[in-house]
Amino acid sequence: MSSITGHSAIDELPSGDGRPPLDADKAGTGRLGDRIFGGLATGSGIFVIVLVSLVGVFLVIQAVPSLLNNNANFLTSREWVPSGADPRFGIVDLLWATVITSILAMAIAVPLGVSVALFITQYAPAWLSKPAATLVDLLAAVPSIVYGFWGLSVAGQYFDSVAKAIDAVLGWIPVFEFNGSPIAKSTLAFAGVILAIMILPIVTAISREVFAQVPTAHKEAALALGATKWEMIRTAVLPFGKPGVISAAMLGLGRALGETLAVTMLLSALNASAAFSLSIFGGGETFASRIANDAGEFDSAQKTGAYIAAGLVLFILTFIVNAAARVVIERRKAFSE
Amino acid sequence: MSTLSTVDESALPAARTNDDFGGKSGGRAFCDQAARVVMWVAFVVALIPLVWILGATLLKGGHMLLDIDWWTKSQSGITARREGGGAVHAIQGTLIQALVTALISVPIGVLTAVYLVEYGRGRLAKAVSFMVDILTGIPSIVAALFIYAMWVTTFGLQRLPIAVCLALTMLMIPTVVRSTEEMLKLVPNELREASYALGVPKWKTILRIVIPTSFSGIITGILLGLARVMGETAPLIILGPYTAVIATNLFDGLMPTLPTMIYQNYTENLQPAIDRTWGAALTLILIIFVLNIAGRLIGRFSKVKN
Repeated sequence: MSSITGHSAIDELPSGDGRPPLDADKAGTGRLGDRIFGGLATGSGIFVIVLVSLVGVFLVIQAVPSLLNNNANFLTSREWVPSGADPRFGIVDLLWATVITSILAMAIAVPLGVSVALFITQYAPAWLSKPAATLVDLLAAVPSIVYGFWGLSVAGQYFDSVAKAIDAVLGWIPVFEFNGSPIAKSTLAFAGVILAIMILPIVTAISREVFAQVPTAHKEAALALGATKWEMIRTAVLPFGKPGVISAAMLGLGRALGETLAVTMLLSALNASAAFSLSIFGGGETFASRIANDAGEFDSAQKTGAYIAAGLVLFILTFIVNAAARVVIERRKAFSE
Repeated sequence: MSTLSTVDESALPAARTNDDFGGKSGGRAFCDQAARVVMWVAFVVALIPLVWILGATLLKGGHMLLDIDWWTKSQSGITARREGGGAVHAIQGTLIQALVTALISVPIGVLTAVYLVEYGRGRLAKAVSFMVDILTGIPSIVAALFIYAMWVTTFGLQRLPIAVCLALTMLMIPTVVRSTEEMLKLVPNELREASYALGVPKWKTILRIVIPTSFSGIITGILLGLARVMGETAPLIILGPYTAVIATNLFDGLMPTLPTMIYQNYTENLQPAIDRTWGAALTLILIIFVLNIAGRLIGRFSKVKN
């Protein structure tokens, strides 16, 4: 269901009966009612444009003074002392934690989500297909804060043995080194796992929509040539659904980057003096969790500006990811018309 | 399409020796079965967190909801050490904020969708559609920071419940626009043409023909959008701190909500507080699930079929 993702499969298809939509302006007769209603509708559209522009403008206006006062390099510094006479703050730690948790989430959620979507559209018996889709959709209905609380007080304890097992096998690679500090449920890796659960319904929903649209002729052609079911999926379903899966992954990534509460509750912040660690079993803070953690301390304009600057980077990051997803969808639209 | 040729050349001779009619080779049959198993396993794995979360919240928070006090009393004067009190203050706050958010975002969202489907052509429509996409992607914490930057830093106002509603509105508008748009697009052009042919003006056609035809679908979208914003916590943390007493004024003081009630207590080690946190989590999940399921049921009765 597109309401989870805010993205609709209808966008990708030519309108219902294949004809161009009715030409709007000839139906509106210039009567008062038409002008008022049309004006309201157009006004709402313009309001949305203004709103998004305002977000950018307000964030930039409030971030710039703080950035100008910043005595450290905003992009490369690991310090975070946003107030006082000598404000020094940089985002490199936040960027690392944000990106690594999101990439982990993608690495888990995309293959799993695509498999679940294939299960629902191709493998599930007819009676199970709809309930299965609804159940996976319900995962999206569980609020972020409940995921965080559940991860912290229920599921997290079991992650310790997972982390130890990974460390035992792959621990010689710095990325997988686990030394027990912070505890397993407060690591970037576990935050990534929880994020994966949270974006799974998004990836599944969009993949499901495109897999369901694979022309039956393609599938039957593959089967008629003697392909097994899996070969049919590999040669007919997956190539057709590829752009949809890519955009699903991007939208999931966009959600994971900005996800706040679950990550805030799980991750343990690093000491200011802690050495930089490559390990996914390290601690840290993402953009969103740093802002949420310190939400009570926005007392001076300088300090608030620093957090807004971090928020601005997050905004730009998600903007790029979502725009990329949009480009993929547009290309597919051009292709299918 | 060359990729459609599925017969692996190297597999051919083996297939012939196995079966004169060129049946599946062992390897191909194995891959097929393996894929089937992987898909089933993936589905079961995907259900584990759902079942686990629901089970855990029910087990740990279920008994709180059975107490009538939970639905009638607030946490006023109750410390983390003491049992008792209820969540009515938080439930009320969550519902009030959701209602006000819906009141603001539904007209804007539906009208924007009407614009996109019925009026918008050319560049402006493309721009609006693009901006709705951007709005969809805005993380809730960034929406909250924006409202904070506008409301508190620029206008110098206090952090008020209404500011939370504004932040939630930003998150709800795009879901309403997208779902309404989808529904309006499903309304057949013949209906519009028939209406125009009878001389009905465009605005009346939209209000009396197009929107009623897709009404249940629009309601579904609104309920699902509402379910999404009710669980959003980031704007609450930045703009709407918790308080333990009943508060209903959107324009003054603080207003407690279920998410902030959880956030307030989740680090507590004392059993009464832990119980209350699970109770609040279960209540929140229940409200959201009810909205979700209601939305889906209404969607079933939709007049326009996808």
